[in-house]
Amino acid sequence: MALRQVGYENRSFWRNPAAAFFTFLLPLIFLVLFNSLFGDSELTIDGRDLDGSTFYVPGIVALAVVSACYTNMGMMVTISRDLGILKRVRGTPLPPWAYIFGRLAHAMLVSLLLVVIVVGVGAAAYGTDVPDNTLPGFAVTLMLGAVTFCALGLALTAVIPNADAAPAITNATILPLLFVSNVFIPLQDPPAWLAVVGDVFPVKHFAAALQTAFHPDTTGAGFEWGDLAVIAAWGVAGTALALRFFSWEPRR
Amino acid sequence: MSELAVEVRGLRKTYGTVVAVGGIDLSVRRGEIFALIGPNGAGKTTTLEILEGHRRADAGHVRVLGKDPAKNEISFKGRIGIVLQSTSIQPYLTVEETIEQFRGYYPAPLPLDELIDIVGLQESRKKLVRRLSGGQQRRLDVAIGLAGDPELLFLDEPTTGFDPAARRSAWAMIRDLKSLGKTVLLTTHYMDEAQALADTVSIIRGGRIVAEGTPDELRAGQAETVISFRFTGSSADLPPAAAAAKFENGHAVLHTADPTTALYELTNWAKERGEELEALSVTPASLEDVYLGLAKDESN
Repeated sequence: MALRQVGYENRSFWRNPAAAFFTFLLPLIFLVLFNSLFGDSELTIDGRDLDGSTFYVPGIVALAVVSACYTNMGMMVTISRDLGILKRVRGTPLPPWAYIFGRLAHAMLVSLLLVVIVVGVGAAAYGTDVPDNTLPGFAVTLMLGAVTFCALGLALTAVIPNADAAPAITNATILPLLFVSNVFIPLQDPPAWLAVVGDVFPVKHFAAALQTAFHPDTTGAGFEWGDLAVIAAWGVAGTALALRFFSWEPRR
Repeated sequence: MSELAVEVRGLRKTYGTVVAVGGIDLSVRRGEIFALIGPNGAGKTTTLEILEGHRRADAGHVRVLGKDPAKNEISFKGRIGIVLQSTSIQPYLTVEETIEQFRGYYPAPLPLDELIDIVGLQESRKKLVRRLSGGQQRRLDVAIGLAGDPELLFLDEPTTGFDPAARRSAWAMIRDLKSLGKTVLLTTHYMDEAQALADTVSIIRGGRIVAEGTPDELRAGQAETVISFRFTGSSADLPPAAAAAKFENGHAVLHTADPTTALYELTNWAKERGEELEALSVTPASLEDVYLGLAKDESN
């Protein structure tokens, strides 16, 4: 029943080709843009040297997961809620968890596809190393990140009053964070307070854990336990908030 | 099994200081079409949503199919069908896919073809929901409300916004549901709809039931007959039995409990003046008149 729900979510998504296309296009635009601008530069992040494309490919992977999970979940679930679709489903015997599972699994599938595309383009166009020995760390980081950002997206819907406000609120909460989290721009000696902001929220840790997995010098399985712990803590918080405050009814 | 599909005693619901439902009783028998009728804001939707399990009552005894809907039991939801006031369907699936999706939620759904036949969407099976007209979307909404073969169907203002032809066919569809043995509890603010469909009508105003009965009983309580004819003069010209007539759009409209005398005097009066009573109609009071009469009583 829950799996069928994933199927319907997927079908719905692909039936709106414009929305689907741009969901996939946006991260690719950023990938090409940033690599063209800064791909050749040598960077030093947290005392470690790496070249531009080794920074940007995992950065854009992080962006892809954040936008497919947090942004899309926040917006699409709010829109469904306002259309009364959530309330409609709530009146059927479908268990609530099965519906949420459908949305979650759909967002994760879109993320996965995006990650494959971004990593593929990165390897083909910029010669970025694809994680091999670090694949376990990469996969676990992705998985944890996707679940966490979905949970946070769901929790966010509780403070979004209506569908019209959804894009503004989701973007305002995530875009600034992406800028201070080593996703778009490498932070070289940021002001202390900005570094703290980045450290508190999960995006920077997510990008950092992915960058470790992509770094050619990383030995072992590529797990950044400290970063993963912060991401997991946000995931737990997001889930708790979503469970407490999630609303199936349109706000009036 | 209880004779009653819905049993409500002393139901109350307030939002802040606003009393939406101020202590009502309802009894809906199995197999009947029950209409809850009233103006906007009367408490119809709040009542329905409490019975569906979407809202919690502040006080009162509520049993739907013998269950307390506030418990939100999965097995209970499998036995009811809900059509909400506003149509709410995913826009990017086809008619068939949408019905299949909802059929998948229920333990013993009705067959796909039967559902499509009931709501008359045979021509649009493969269409995307977003390409359907408003009326077709509403029909699809009813189809997914019926998907689980419910014992009891809730229809919240099923025909609001329909053109007259679409309303007639929606009525025919709702009557068919009754012949399938379903209990239907609907809300409406159209009197003619209640009159055409319902076995029992309950009139709700300001969160209270102000009248209840079969359409015939309600009309019988209002023993008036309505006589109307084209007339542009003043009431002083009319015979005594018709002096109380009101004037609307170039017509004299008379509500009378004694139609025999009124007609006798009117026809004599017209004959003496050598005039014709043009566009003459004599009708029993409609449910609309009962309803407006109740509204008048309340404002006095």
